[in-house]
This record gives sequence, C-alpha cells and structure tokens, in this order.
Amino acid sequence: MKRFGRLTNLIGLIIALPAIYLFFCWKLPSFRSLDNVETIGRQSVITVLVALGLTYVIVAAGIDLSVGSVVAFSCVAVALAVKAGIAPWIAALIGIGLGTLAGAINGVLITKLRVVPFIVTLGSLSLFRGAAKGLGNEQSVYPQSTWLNNILDALDKGERWKIFPVGVWITIAFAVFTGWVLRYTRFGRHVVAVGSNEQAARLCGVPIDRIKISVYTISGFFAGLAGLMAFSRLTIGDPTTAVGLELDGIAAVVVGGASLNGGEGSILGTVLGALIMETLRSGASQWPLPNWVQEIVIGAIIVMAVALDRFRKK
Amino acid sequence: MSFLNLTDVSKRFGATVALDRVSLSAEAGEIHAIVGENGSGKSTLMRILAGAIKADSGTMELGGQPYHPHSPIHARKAGIAMIHQELSICGHLSIAENIVLGVEDARGGILKVARIRERAQQALSALGHGDLDPDLPAKSLPLAMQQVVEIARSVAERSRLVILDEPTSSLTEADIEHLFSVMRLLKQSGCTILYISHFLNEIHEICDRLTVLRDGQMVGGREVAGISDEEIVKLMVGRDIDEMYPRSARTPGEPILELDHLAGVEKPHSASLSLRRGEVLGIAGLNGSGRTEMLRAVFGLDKVQSGQIRVASYSGLAGPARRWRQGVGLLSENRKEEGLLLNMSIAENIDMAGLDKVVVSPSQQEARAAKWIETVRVKCQSAHQNVGELSGGNQQKVAIARMLRQDVDVLMMDEPTRGIDVGSKEQIYRLIDELALRGKAVLMVSSYLPELLGTCDRIAVMSKGVLSEPIPVASATQESLMKLAVGQ
Repeated sequence: MKRFGRLTNLIGLIIALPAIYLFFCWKLPSFRSLDNVETIGRQSVITVLVALGLTYVIVAAGIDLSVGSVVAFSCVAVALAVKAGIAPWIAALIGIGLGTLAGAINGVLITKLRVVPFIVTLGSLSLFRGAAKGLGNEQSVYPQSTWLNNILDALDKGERWKIFPVGVWITIAFAVFTGWVLRYTRFGRHVVAVGSNEQAARLCGVPIDRIKISVYTISGFFAGLAGLMAFSRLTIGDPTTAVGLELDGIAAVVVGGASLNGGEGSILGTVLGALIMETLRSGASQWPLPNWVQEIVIGAIIVMAVALDRFRKK
Repeated sequence: MSFLNLTDVSKRFGATVALDRVSLSAEAGEIHAIVGENGSGKSTLMRILAGAIKADSGTMELGGQPYHPHSPIHARKAGIAMIHQELSICGHLSIAENIVLGVEDARGGILKVARIRERAQQALSALGHGDLDPDLPAKSLPLAMQQVVEIARSVAERSRLVILDEPTSSLTEADIEHLFSVMRLLKQSGCTILYISHFLNEIHEICDRLTVLRDGQMVGGREVAGISDEEIVKLMVGRDIDEMYPRSARTPGEPILELDHLAGVEKPHSASLSLRRGEVLGIAGLNGSGRTEMLRAVFGLDKVQSGQIRVASYSGLAGPARRWRQGVGLLSENRKEEGLLLNMSIAENIDMAGLDKVVVSPSQQEARAAKWIETVRVKCQSAHQNVGELSGGNQQKVAIARMLRQDVDVLMMDEPTRGIDVGSKEQIYRLIDELALRGKAVLMVSSYLPELLGTCDRIAVMSKGVLSEPIPVASATQESLMKLAVGQ
C-alpha cells in the first residue's frame, strides 16, 4: 500500500485512459489499429511537452500562460533558420534555445519585479505572440524541406517496428526524465517545497528565487521543443499556431491531479491527463461528433475529473 | 560562563522601544522560560536570536563565541532552531524530506534517499518516535506530530539552542505531556531550550529557570523552583494605572445581548454572558484564547457549533446584515484589513453598513457624514478624504462613527485602542462612557488590563476558549485577571 501510495492517487486516471480507449474501439472499427495508437501519440506530442514544463510551474504554485505564444515564436524561428540555410540541427537548437530564454525572462520578471506570475505571463503571452508575428513579418514562413519535417511523420510500412516516430520517443524520454527529476533530486523536492509552503521552505534555506526562475525556464524549454515539433508537423513557420495551447496544457496538469495552489502534481498524472483528452478528441472526431460537441465533452471532463479528485481526497 | 549570554540588547521600531537593555543567560541542557504579557517584547527578542531582525545595540554570545546573526540561515547554521507557533511544514513532502529540507544529502543533485531516510529515522528515534514512518506525507500527521517533525529537524541539524514559541497553544492536554517528554529528551542531549508560554503551570512543570519581560524590559530572572504563581504574575503585570479613565456612575438596564454556552467550530468552547443596557462589559484574556472568535460568532462571521444567542427580542443566529438591523455593531480588531475600506472616502466608510438607497448621492452622503465627523472628532480635511490618509486614531474614530450612524444598541469593540495614540485613546474612552450613559451596551475586548479596569463595569476572562463569570470591576485586579487568563 505504502509502496503504491503514489499510484493510488492516480488510480482513477490509470483506469480511465484504457476505459475511454476501449470504449472507442468498441464503437469504431478504425480505432482498433496500431496505426491509430501511433496517430494519437503523434497528436499528443505538443500538448504533452508543454504540459511537462507546466507541471513544474504549477507544482511550484506558479502559472505560465505564455507557452502557446512561445511555441509559435520557436516554430517561426526554426523555419526562418532553415530558410536561411542553417543546418537543420542548429535550427532546432535555435528554436529550443529561444524558448528557454523566453521562459527565463518570465522567471526573472516574476522574481525580481515581484509581480504575480499570472500577470507577468499574461503580458508575455501577448509579447511573445507579437514577437512571433514580427519575426515572420506577419505571415507564415515557407522554408525548403529538410529532415526536420519528418520528426513527427507517420511511419512507413517498413518501419512499423519503431511503433512511434522519433518525436514521440523524444517526448517519452523527456517525460520519464522529468518525472524522475521531480521525485528523486534535490531540485525536484525543492520545487514541491516552494509550492507547498514557501515560507517554510525559505526558513529552511531553500533558494526560492532560483527555484522559481528555474521552473519558468524549464517551461520555456519545453515550449521551445514543442515549437520545433509544431514546425515539423506543419512544415512551415506559422506565427498563429498554438493559440490557446496554454489552456490545454494547464487542463492536462490539473486533470493529472495537480493543485493550482501548488505542492501537488506528478508527471505521470500530467501525461495521463493529456492522453485522456487527446484520446477523447481523436475518438470524437473519428466518430464523427461535431466540433462543438467535442468541446463541451472535453470541458465537462476537465471539471468532473478535478471535482472527483477533490472528492476522493476529502 | 553560560552557554547563551545576552547583554543589554535593545531594539526600537520608530518611536516605540520594543526592547530596553535586556540581558539573559542560559546554560547548556537548561529549559529556560520567557514570560511576559502580550507586547512585552518576547517575540522581538526571539526574532533577534533567530536572525529575523537585528538588535540596535547590545552583545550576544553563543557557546563563548560572539553571535550576531544577519539572516535566519546564518542563525540556523550557528545551531539555533526556532519553532514558531505556526508550524513551518511542507505538507506535501514526506516526513523525512521535511526533516532534511534545505540540508538534503545529495550527490550531484540526486538525493541519497536511503541516507535521508536513515537520518530522519535517527532524529525521530532521538525524540522517542522511531515508530513513525518517514515516508508518509507530513500533512497526514496530526498537528502535534507535525510539531515533533519540526523539532526533529533541529535534532537532525544538531542545533544547540531550540526556541519554542508558545508551542502548546493549539495542543490538547495529552499532546502537551507528549511534547514535554520530547523536550526532556532534547534537554538530556545537552540542548538549551528557550520556552515561551503564558501558562504558568507548564512553566512549573518543565522549566528550570525563567526570565520575565515587561514593556520591553527584563524585570526578573530566577529559578523556577521556589517562585509562586503570584510572584510571577506580579512581575509580569507590575504597573500602575497610569492613565485617566472616565467612568460616570451608571445604572444598567435590561439585558440586551445574552449568550448561553456559545461554542464555535474551534473557539470559543463555551461562552455565556448577559450584557445590559447602559453597561460596559470587558473581556480580558490572552491572544488566541477565543475572544475575537466569540464576537465573530455573535456577528455571524464564524460558524456557531452550539449554544444560544439572544439580541433584545430576537433569538437565534444571524449574518452581519441582519445583526446591523437588529442594532448590533462590530468594531474589528483588524482595522486596516477588515474594519475599513482604506481607499474609499470617510463618508462612504461611515455609510457602508447602512446603505438602504439604490442610488447614492456622494454630496448628500458627505453632508450626512459631517455630523458624525463632528461627533467623534475625526481630524480630517473633509468627509471626501480617503480613510487611508488618516492617522490610526482617526481611522478608528471613523470605524466607531459607522456604528453610531447605524444607531446600534450593542457595540462590540475588539481592541478599540490598539495601535493608536494616547490622545485618541482618551477620546475613545470618553465616547464609550457617553454611549453607556445614553443606554447603549458596550462589549469591549482588550489585552490591556488597565484600560479594562478603567472603563468597564464588569470584566469576564476568556481562557482557552472558556469564558469566566464576569467579575465586578471593584473586586478585580490586574493580578486576579491575569491569573484567570493563564488558567489558574
């Protein structure tokens, strides 16, 4: 019981995900193939990556509304770099690096100006979106084709053994790594401490500002990486991509059991939360349910999942 | 040479002298009590020791070395652990993680989980709690055990001086016994403990020596064995009524506010009283004894668990809006956050409880307010001025004017003179006297005993959530009230 204590917190999600998947398999023959699992995986990558970073921010009792804009900014930056003839892997690093920088700026503003995270990132939501549009001169950037376009491509028949394209594997690797860091490193425990009781953490000598800047930087890093994935999927640099993505990310984190008051939340929960929503979205569009029904269902699931979680904890 | 030596430590906050040449010494392996009334300077002294604030002058020595902490971390590294009344526990972390928080064993940032668990286990065992599972989340523990976890933190760090600030105020009898056995184990290991408490029986049970503070000065330090409660209380109170309080001859009328075994969810546990027209009834007691909670329960701000409330002909519970209409007003102890709307005008503040019109005309409102400003003598430019710009005393008068504007019959005042100048205090005492003469009933909570003795007709004492029978003021003394307050 003690050993599985953390898993029992997620038991609802662990049951819900296969249940939802099996429900759609029963209703939709097209849902039953391995291809479809791959598709859901590919479609989840961007939300999951953003939600990984957001988990750190939210566990530390913060919030980051700017991630959608940072994704667009990074996406345009990668496209421009490729178009300028820079080697694809350097273009990728530029996108990720700019995203990380954007997150670090958020963190420094929040800690040094002593402005609450909601306001700072509400401002930078607009700021980075504007920067993305300016960078692309208010239109999409069309670079030549490189291998970056294939990170998230559906696999060919001969490559079935890989199960997922490399972009999905990168995401899985980062999920495992961030989950481990949050649980088993001093940094990860300090993130939880800051979110749980900032005063107590300060009295114990936890470097509060450094932890806060770090979590926003991590969030920026993952938004940058998600921007690279967005570029790969779109094959263009679209400054209007990922509008509202921050809300999908936050939803995944809270459905995964995190509290916006901080201290609570896990990477496994976040990933399950994101997958549940993406599975629902995928199933609903293959059914097909009209878009407005999908949105209502997803909205209801978010509120119900969190309400059930609170009820269980009482 | 003692282990801890403080010599002539002084501290001022603006014009207020919080500590005036206080000296204190404690040996290794000694439990040393610090006693004094609210505001006597105990917490200032402890905050200086724990590095939260700096002393203006004086010297401190710890283990023969000069000790002048410049931050809480510095104090912690020097071996001082402070355990606040409000616990500093991260509920979401495990017990072990809480014990090592900030000083985790790690290599390259990766926690040595087994080593941390072992250290936590050792610290808990040293306090007689080896049975606690260090992997449990801290918030799953009851409050008393969370306190043990916090003390274990100081053991794990090998602190040489542990400061406990009113640790028993929210504990049950059994938990207190338990805490004492933990403290005795600490003492045996050579640790010095500074123990702040209001409860004299606790001091007799656990402490070796005591130091008494009064108005920022040290008025006595001696062995606990051989000193009586009377002597301690006399040292704590020991001052004369140094202000003039007007008190006309009053003849109380019929009861207007009656409480019968009123109990809130946490506090009070049982409060019964009968307040009559034309009477000033004082409520004495320590901070946190349940006085404010009693007023809040009457006013419908806190939940009532059981008991009866009767206001004139109305009986039963009611929320603030109904209470105002029934003729009951509450003056909050927290003027700035709860009592007034600082960025609104004086006129709006006075009218706030009784706006019965849908459309408000500011000019009419200000004309009405002028009369009240005159009555309570608020020093201001005009009724249009923002309350936040006034001095504390004038702000308080605006809050009182609000009750007068509603023409309430029962005025519940929580610390009406806290933090205001002497001149305003005197005006408020005179106002209370006038109100009582006009047949109003005043229920006054105060921590300042001379003020209660000077203005009230009867005084009841709240101690650990239980309200005593009111004592006629003629037969009450500071000593007798203090004894009741500390639970003798």
